[in-house]
Amino acid sequence: MPTFFDEMYADGTVRDHYRAFESWLSAQSPEDIARKRAEADLIFRRVGITFAVYGNEAGTERVIPFDIVPRIITAREWEGMQAGLVQRVQALNMFIHDIYHDQNIVKAGLVPPEQIFRNAQYRPEMQGISVASDIYAHIAGIDIVRAGQGDFYVLEDNLRVPSGVSYMLEDRKMMMRLFPELFARYSVAPVEHYPDMLLDNLRSVAPLGVTDPTVVIMTPGMYNSAYFEHAFLAQQMGVELVEGQDLFVNDNAVYMRTTRGPKRVDVIYRRIDDDYLDPLAFRADSTLGVPGLLSVYRSGRVTLANAIGTGVADDKSIYPFVPDMIRFYLSEEPILNNVPTWQCRKQDELSYVLANLSQLVVKEVHGAGGYGMLVGPACSKAEIENFRQRIIARPENYIAQPTLALSACPTFVDAGIAPRHIDLRPFVLSGKTISMVPGGLTRVALQAGSLVVNSSQGGGTKDTWILEN
Amino acid sequence: MLSRTADHLFWMARYTERAENTARMLDLNVQTGLLPQTPAAAKRGWCNTLSISELQGAYDVKYPEVTAHDVLNFMVRDTSHASSIASCLRAARENARAVRGTLTTEVWETLNITWLEMQNQLDRVFDSDPGKFFEWVRHRSHLSRGVTFGTMLQDEALYFIRLGTFLERADNTARILDVKFHDAERNADDRPRNHEHQQDFYYWAAILRSVSAFEIYRKVYRDAITPERVADLLMLRSDMPRSLHACLSEVVRNLRAVAVDAGRDTLRFAGKLHAELKFAHIEDILEQGLHAYLTGFLERVYELGNRVSRDFLVPAAE
Repeated sequence: MPTFFDEMYADGTVRDHYRAFESWLSAQSPEDIARKRAEADLIFRRVGITFAVYGNEAGTERVIPFDIVPRIITAREWEGMQAGLVQRVQALNMFIHDIYHDQNIVKAGLVPPEQIFRNAQYRPEMQGISVASDIYAHIAGIDIVRAGQGDFYVLEDNLRVPSGVSYMLEDRKMMMRLFPELFARYSVAPVEHYPDMLLDNLRSVAPLGVTDPTVVIMTPGMYNSAYFEHAFLAQQMGVELVEGQDLFVNDNAVYMRTTRGPKRVDVIYRRIDDDYLDPLAFRADSTLGVPGLLSVYRSGRVTLANAIGTGVADDKSIYPFVPDMIRFYLSEEPILNNVPTWQCRKQDELSYVLANLSQLVVKEVHGAGGYGMLVGPACSKAEIENFRQRIIARPENYIAQPTLALSACPTFVDAGIAPRHIDLRPFVLSGKTISMVPGGLTRVALQAGSLVVNSSQGGGTKDTWILEN
Repeated sequence: MLSRTADHLFWMARYTERAENTARMLDLNVQTGLLPQTPAAAKRGWCNTLSISELQGAYDVKYPEVTAHDVLNFMVRDTSHASSIASCLRAARENARAVRGTLTTEVWETLNITWLEMQNQLDRVFDSDPGKFFEWVRHRSHLSRGVTFGTMLQDEALYFIRLGTFLERADNTARILDVKFHDAERNADDRPRNHEHQQDFYYWAAILRSVSAFEIYRKVYRDAITPERVADLLMLRSDMPRSLHACLSEVVRNLRAVAVDAGRDTLRFAGKLHAELKFAHIEDILEQGLHAYLTGFLERVYELGNRVSRDFLVPAAE
């Protein structure tokens, strides 16, 4: 494993922006810290800030481990990252619009047509359909890691239903509750206004002519892993949290069933995959969706956020083309780095990947949540051989990347404080403008040496501080 | 408000109330079990408890005979059926979780903490001291009602919660009365003769205590405890918070608040039931036969619940 960038220390000395924290921490007694950590766990459990674990007994809920050492980013670093995020998300939205309209980027020969039209996430139903403000990915979660000597890389773009923003907000609330004195020492950019920004953003993309749009959040239900977040955002925005069964289509409009009769719905922030949205159009066995929704959507009488078919742009086989998209649509050089990526669908790249499995990270192109991936250096020979067979059987289903030495941040573990690898997911909102709150969700891999930060795989979270000076 | 949201709120309240009433009923039986009684009477007490909750069949499948120990376990911790206290508290919490955004943080946390603490209570308290466990259930129910009333905006959400609480309570009080009176009527003979008067006193006093009405009885009647007065108190007194009359008053009040467009017929249905209790004489009811009356009442409360569902909670598809 290569050496990694330490967020807090450089050559054994504390980095400038962590100095005040470090001096505070060293003044705390271990008992106080232990008490605060137990308090945090108890509060999360009581408040029910949990996620459901799939594959376990139905309805099993777990608290995501919360670490009290914040992840601190300087104002200067954030400025660069923010500019890069705006640029990237703008290009991605233009790409999706292009794909579902003129396909100029394909005609220009930059993206091979089979990459798009044979992609399971491409939705022919969206071809030629206009959506409000030409925005498709209204809410994007861009996963960023710091690697090597400290450069930021985009690891993946999440343009379908990215989750985690509620933990970003709850982590901040928790830190302020447990350690208010720290916020006197640091000028930390606030994030609490995210729900307001989100609501403004959703209202701004209402169907044409609707002046006072009714916004709802659509959830698959309380057994979904991110249900807490759905309920949380609905409450924070003051909008209804609906399930498919609460909605129906009548006379080319979507309504919700209320105790006072049907009420028209204009914008649906749906936290449910394309496949389940409308049993008449997609999966007929879906009981989560709304029959007829697609046809109302296609005629522009309801907005879905995110749009149908955004998956064509966030799948890992499209990821390598994002820098070219930025150049093509914006005539700008990409600000954020992409990780070098081998596409197993290409014969020569496949050979390289198979010859170097023990060095690489291999991912399914449609995978998410850390499921179905191989981290070569961390796997046994048998696991690698097993995975090799899966790649050979369906090479087009995989991409590979070098095992990045993700940066690490000091983290409380059983043995005390130790460095653990982290990433960062900022949440980028697109509507009439592109906006975001400073920072995002920092996830941390709690196992020593582990690079998998997903909460479904035992990862934890940290409060993320963007400093204002 | 979304119909489904109202439905979850309604059932959240019903399950909380049901857990409390089940605890009250079981506690009543544990308490009367401490009095001298024939084994047959003791066993009948537990059989009655099962039949009040319509659980005799499910119980018989699992256990060869009716014993205090098995009935308690079955009705408290067995989650294979929906009526145990553990199932009710879980269902209340699941319903709350489904609409946690509609509840105040305090209400949600109260129900969630009840659920989180339940296992501990079952493991550490229930076996050694059932009475203490039942007290805990009652207190959690008091707390969740108080927190609801004390923190929630007085809008539809609160009205549907209250509607659930009082419909459930009307049902539960009627069931307790029905079974106990029926039992007393049928089995007046097998009590020890020489103790008859005393026995009656303890029997009715225990029932009053089970609905927190013993002191109220003393205050209201200042006289010996008679079955007629017990019935009067638990059915017709408007100021006794667990009486049928008081429950229906609340049902009508909350129904009136939500029945703006839909539900006018349901409101009329509830109003009629309420008026009957309001103007009834206990002598007339007893003459007609208490069991017959309560059976009819339970049917109408059930129908009322169905109508509320149909009008507000699970409206038919357009």
